[in-house]
Amino acid sequence: MPAPADSRDSLESFAVVARGVEKSFGSHKVLKGVDLRVEYGKVVCILGPSGSGKSTFLRCMNHLERIEAGFLRVGGQLVGYRQHAGKLYEMRHSEVARQRADIGMVFQSFNLFPHMTVLQNIIEAPIGVRGIPKRQAIEEAMTLLAKVGLTAKADAYPRTLSGGQQQRVAIARALAMRPKLMLFDEPTSALDPELVGEVLAVMKGLAAEGMTMVVVTHEMGFARDVGDSVVFMDGGVVVEQGTPSEFFNNPRTERARAFLGKVL
Amino acid sequence: MEVVPLRYYGRWITALALGVVLAGLLVSMITNPRFKWDIVAHYLFDDSIIAGLMMTIWLTVAAMGIGIVLGTAVALMRISDNPVLSNIAGGYLWIFRGTPLLVQLIFWYNLSALYPQITIGFPFGPSLGSFDANRYITVYVAALLGLGLNEGAYMSEIVRSGLNAVATGQREAAEALGMSRFRVMARIILPQAMRVIIPPTGNQLIGMLKTTSLVSVIALQELLYSAQLIYTANFQTIPLLIVASAWYLVLTTLLSIGQYFVERHFGRSDRRVAAAPDVAIESGK
Repeated sequence: MPAPADSRDSLESFAVVARGVEKSFGSHKVLKGVDLRVEYGKVVCILGPSGSGKSTFLRCMNHLERIEAGFLRVGGQLVGYRQHAGKLYEMRHSEVARQRADIGMVFQSFNLFPHMTVLQNIIEAPIGVRGIPKRQAIEEAMTLLAKVGLTAKADAYPRTLSGGQQQRVAIARALAMRPKLMLFDEPTSALDPELVGEVLAVMKGLAAEGMTMVVVTHEMGFARDVGDSVVFMDGGVVVEQGTPSEFFNNPRTERARAFLGKVL
Repeated sequence: MEVVPLRYYGRWITALALGVVLAGLLVSMITNPRFKWDIVAHYLFDDSIIAGLMMTIWLTVAAMGIGIVLGTAVALMRISDNPVLSNIAGGYLWIFRGTPLLVQLIFWYNLSALYPQITIGFPFGPSLGSFDANRYITVYVAALLGLGLNEGAYMSEIVRSGLNAVATGQREAAEALGMSRFRVMARIILPQAMRVIIPPTGNQLIGMLKTTSLVSVIALQELLYSAQLIYTANFQTIPLLIVASAWYLVLTTLLSIGQYFVERHFGRSDRRVAAAPDVAIESGK
């Protein structure tokens, strides 16, 4: 059971506060006590070898995975639990949905809705979840499409787009909910190498606007240039955490050095 | 250089051989007086045949309607996290898919023998009302219960396989956007599952059209029973079976054409549009 919060952790300046987060799949323990703090307006890149639990941890942040122990607060609220009279009550699906609406998520495999056009993909949740009038939702969607450089593709179906274009639509779709926090789960890992740049450019633009972002990635260049801090995970724990220059130039731990030796 | 296309002599030979056989069959059908085509023509638009045809169409539509609604509900129950619902759905499937439809039809027809008086209420508690089974479980009700409940079991498996065919990432993406469970199902999962559900449902519909002929055993006057009533009186068995078959063929042909258009509608996001050059990106860089 997640432990109750202490006052130190409910500071408003943190978008994400995690302490001792644990998660297992069957008998396999994927997260063994993860600690992390993300300040509003910052970009945190989570690096690490595959199987280190970084994607699972990211998915815990919007309750796509349920944590089994520890404490996870996103946007000042416990994820998936309500604290009342010294007890934690598991939330109903509708309450979890309300929390998720404020958290944007971008997936490795894009997950655009294939039966809807690009525009329909973007306006679906603002209209259906937020109750925004259709006309206004379309206007906002077109502004977002312009931002990701895909105005001409508004009426195209996702299948007709390249991977890079699909991922940019997915980013626009997440932004349409006006999230306070954006989670990126290896957003460029499924892309052809020549398409990675266009997606990273959009993300870089978002960071420059001051969006709070947690990015699980293998793009070391992005982490170094755009990240405010770098978190290195291995074996289900945070092994090292620091500014990009500290981490890339002077890794403190042997495991981080070994990892960087392989990927750089 | 001149290209000499491959010549398919085998095709010519098989076409010729089968053509001869078919022509022989056709000639025999026309010239054999026992087919009695004049009687077929006489009864094709007979009032009682047309009435039977209407009953067949009505039964097909109503039973499929019950089957689709029930099947969708049972499929959703089956995949539900609620163990009570999921097990009830499993039990329903077990019984209605595990016994012959013919037996089920006769069972419903004879329900009044088992429960002459049907009372709605709580077990051992107050009753909310009661009705006479003999009066209300008519052949129509028995036929609809039998066909509909049986179809519901098969439809639920079709719907369930359709729901399972939608990638898990779709549900996650929709939930990450804050959509409610109902909305995720209604707007994201079901429309995508439709493409998997529609083709076998078309088959079920065509199957149902012919399966309605089974209710002739409980003396409901659908197409086959109407034909049977005529040939038991005038002994023109073969011509009247041809009349019934002709109508079944007409209906299945129409349904197949309809199925083609419905499938095309639900597959529309699959058709690629001509790729337009991505001008916007270039100017955006």
